[in-house]
Amino acid sequence: MQLALREVTKRFGSLVANDRISLTVEGGEIHCLLGENGAGKSTLMNVLYGLYRADEGQIVLDGEVQSFTGPGDAIAAGIGMVHQHFMLVPVFTVAENVMLGNEETGFAGSLDLEAARERVREISARFGFHVDPDAVVGDLPVGVQQRVEIIKVLSRDAKVLVFDEPTAVLTPQETDELMEIMRELRRSGAAIVFITHKLREVREVADRITVIRRGQVVGEAEPSASNAELAAMMVGRPVELTVSKKEPELGAASLVVEGLTVVDPAGLVQVDDISFEVRDGEILAVAGVQGNGQTELTEALLGLQHHVLGSIRLDGRELVGRKVRDVLDAGVGFVPEDRQVDGLVGSFTIAENLMLDRSFGAPFVRAGSLQLSALQEFAEEKLAQYDVRAPGITTPAGNLSGGNQQKVVVARELSRELRLLVAAQPTRGVDVGSIEFIHSQIVATRDAGVPVIVVSTELDEVVALADRIMVLYRGRVVGIVPADTPRQVLGLMMTGEPPTGDVA
Amino acid sequence: MSRPEDQPTGAGSQGIPGPTDRTAGTSTATGQAATPPPSEDRWREAVRAITTGNGLVALLSVLLAVAIGSLLILVTDDAVRETSGYVFSRPGDFFSAAGQAISGAYGSLFRGSIYNSRGADFASQIRPLTETLKFAGPLIMAGLGVGLTFRAGMFNIGGRGQMLLAGAAAGWVGINVDLPFPLHLAAAVLAGMVAGAFWAGIAGVLKARTGAHEVIVTIMLNYVGFYLVFYALSRQSLLQAPGSINPKSLPMQDSAILPDLLGDRFNLHLGFVLALVAVAVVWWVLNRSALGFRFRAVGANPHAARTAGIDVGRTYVLAMLISGALVGLAGANQILGTATSGVTVDLDAGIGFDAITVALLGRSHPLGILGAGLLFGAFKAGGFSMQASEGIPVDIVLVIQSLIVLFIAAPPLVRAMFRLPAQEAK
Ligand SMILES: Nc1ncnc2c1ncn2[C@@H]1O[C@H](COP(=O)(O)OP(=O)(O)OP(=O)(O)O)[C@@H](O)[C@H]1O
Ligand SMILES: [Mg+2]
Repeated sequence: MQLALREVTKRFGSLVANDRISLTVEGGEIHCLLGENGAGKSTLMNVLYGLYRADEGQIVLDGEVQSFTGPGDAIAAGIGMVHQHFMLVPVFTVAENVMLGNEETGFAGSLDLEAARERVREISARFGFHVDPDAVVGDLPVGVQQRVEIIKVLSRDAKVLVFDEPTAVLTPQETDELMEIMRELRRSGAAIVFITHKLREVREVADRITVIRRGQVVGEAEPSASNAELAAMMVGRPVELTVSKKEPELGAASLVVEGLTVVDPAGLVQVDDISFEVRDGEILAVAGVQGNGQTELTEALLGLQHHVLGSIRLDGRELVGRKVRDVLDAGVGFVPEDRQVDGLVGSFTIAENLMLDRSFGAPFVRAGSLQLSALQEFAEEKLAQYDVRAPGITTPAGNLSGGNQQKVVVARELSRELRLLVAAQPTRGVDVGSIEFIHSQIVATRDAGVPVIVVSTELDEVVALADRIMVLYRGRVVGIVPADTPRQVLGLMMTGEPPTGDVA
Repeated sequence: MSRPEDQPTGAGSQGIPGPTDRTAGTSTATGQAATPPPSEDRWREAVRAITTGNGLVALLSVLLAVAIGSLLILVTDDAVRETSGYVFSRPGDFFSAAGQAISGAYGSLFRGSIYNSRGADFASQIRPLTETLKFAGPLIMAGLGVGLTFRAGMFNIGGRGQMLLAGAAAGWVGINVDLPFPLHLAAAVLAGMVAGAFWAGIAGVLKARTGAHEVIVTIMLNYVGFYLVFYALSRQSLLQAPGSINPKSLPMQDSAILPDLLGDRFNLHLGFVLALVAVAVVWWVLNRSALGFRFRAVGANPHAARTAGIDVGRTYVLAMLISGALVGLAGANQILGTATSGVTVDLDAGIGFDAITVALLGRSHPLGILGAGLLFGAFKAGGFSMQASEGIPVDIVLVIQSLIVLFIAAPPLVRAMFRLPAQEAK
């Protein structure tokens, strides 16, 4: 099936999110959409999927102009979308989820679950998915849940598949498996639209690349183009792809963690007797496959975990057992890994989000009353400094594109007087240009003499930022090694294998 | 110092075979990143949509409810029913009867609530409006209280119990304490607010400490409050009027009564001014104070609020306390202004529950609540005159009020009926 978007325009008030975008995707082709945060990629796909109605332009499938009034029409026309935030019912089984919204009923309206099971088995077999139709979705790992989404889409005979940043939450291994699935789908003749910020993935699977900037198509790129070329085309200027950072000027060991153990509400030990130090002016990167205790470690540092043993001392003061607010007041900045859940209040304006953890005193609160002019000035400044693409400081944060939301969180945390920075996945979903900027801000924080902990599942990010690398596996420290440790060794450490040779 | 882009591409470029056994940590990975938020969050999201939905829907809900109310008037009107029997032979009769029934009903509603063109002098012409304002006062106060908890992500269904407790406390001070006029009144009002805050605060503390759902706790506290006040009203040593066998207290002392605003001929008293002051104060709290900022943050996203160092439990308790104080003000308004002849268990007059509708209709915004309170005050004032002059059961007004709630709680229905574009969402 051939998909053609013709001169699609979508406006949000005065903001033109899509400005006469034209795009053709052939069957049996993987078409990558590249573009900086807020370029309008997700908006375009939401138009295609019937979630938004285009102000102008047409959606054409195999030469036929379509008019969708909702996702139902788009699905019926053969369009499927794998959302970044999965739309699955966690307590349902795989088969029930696949059936949902498309229930086949038998005698007297009874559900024909067997047919759905069969469908799951058949699609799994065709694409080598290994998904059990009777597994409860909530128990499955992220990557498998995503496969359930794909099965769901395929079970409705989708010929056009849209993947909007599907790899942001996947482990490297799951990512590779997804790439393989996409190739398989291509072989079966599907037209695929793939959105990602990771240039490595683009070059790996893309047949064609269209670059969008500020709502307009700025051109096509060859899959053989270098990363630097792709990045420059996206951002409109040359991008520094490597972090330039000088040798660390190490100070005292201000953060000392000893025997830290975190037990989750279910009674499982998520962090198991961890000890480490971070010195002033040093970045300690925490590496590991997602789910090996990193989340709990950062939350324990912030006082967000309830069952914590051991000690965390910052500048000699104990942080364990203190309230979140006391920890923040002690000068800890925190970029949480899930910005939409923990980092932002979606219905609040950008300005309000910028003061979210500063509602207790100067400069934004005086005598219990909000200082709106101080806030406005501050917000305008940060908007410009961090290049947040938004109509203004009163835009609700929930309306921002993913990367711009991240910039708001980072801006808020870095603009306080810090004594420790804890950044979890600081560049998840962020475009290359903004990665460059956020990385340079983190390095600048280090250079100002602040100890920094960066948690990342992206090995590239770990290697780029770290002065030392701590690898976690199943809640334990596998080793703390120098930044120039070969990737091979780091990869092995992430599977629990202790490093050989000397340890930093 | 290399970045992804400098590495050779290919599936294995990062060289990280994942752990083969994923039992240890995966549950967290899945829980954090992929599964849709737990059901409590979805419930909260739906509550938020219902309690802070858009103004157009609120307006259309009112119109739709009034339209359906008209149909009910037609169905229940005798003349209309008679003429409908021969509607095809003489449609004119039917339509004039229908027209009369509806214009009669809404005409009397208008005359009962805003301006009575048939009044003998200006005072009696304008009297309905003052009645509307009198009824609106406590609805606005209690509506503000309920709306405030909506904004903090909670439901306060306990208006009835809070008003009863507040009325009893204010009444006790109004009867038994001897103070000169403004002081006595102030003390009685304050006692009412404190009692209301205390009663609602119980639900707040239980939610913060144990996670008990405030809907259930506040509903139960309605019963507890009712029987507590009933008990107090049947004990001479507590509230019951000496020598009486009825569950009723003595009347308020004059020094504790909210003074009339427009003299003896009107029932409108100072309570309405207090309601306006409350609107201004709540507006300031929600939009200009740090406390209100935290209420809204917790209401919209408690996870982010907690991460930002806001004590969510404490915020719940504070929101409930302030909410209860506002509902308590409504209770004090009743006993010290509208029904000064003595405390009874009927003193809340349904306001505790109507306040929920008012807050919904006003979309939890102070000014919206002011408007909704005035509308419902007009319904109350006009409903009686509708019944008296046109013989239309006052229940029609109740049906209209209930339909308004229904339509606000079902915005998609309203959207579909008016063919509004579906709300665009990611
Ligand atoms: N519902 C909305 N209301 C108002 N503006 C919106 C809405 N949705 C998106 N926008 C704006 O439209 C622009 C395009 O957003 P979009 O989400 O399409 O970007 P994107 O290319 O997907 O970015 P990212 O890579 O960060 O996900 C942004 O400036 C965003 O703020
Ligand atoms: Mg996007």
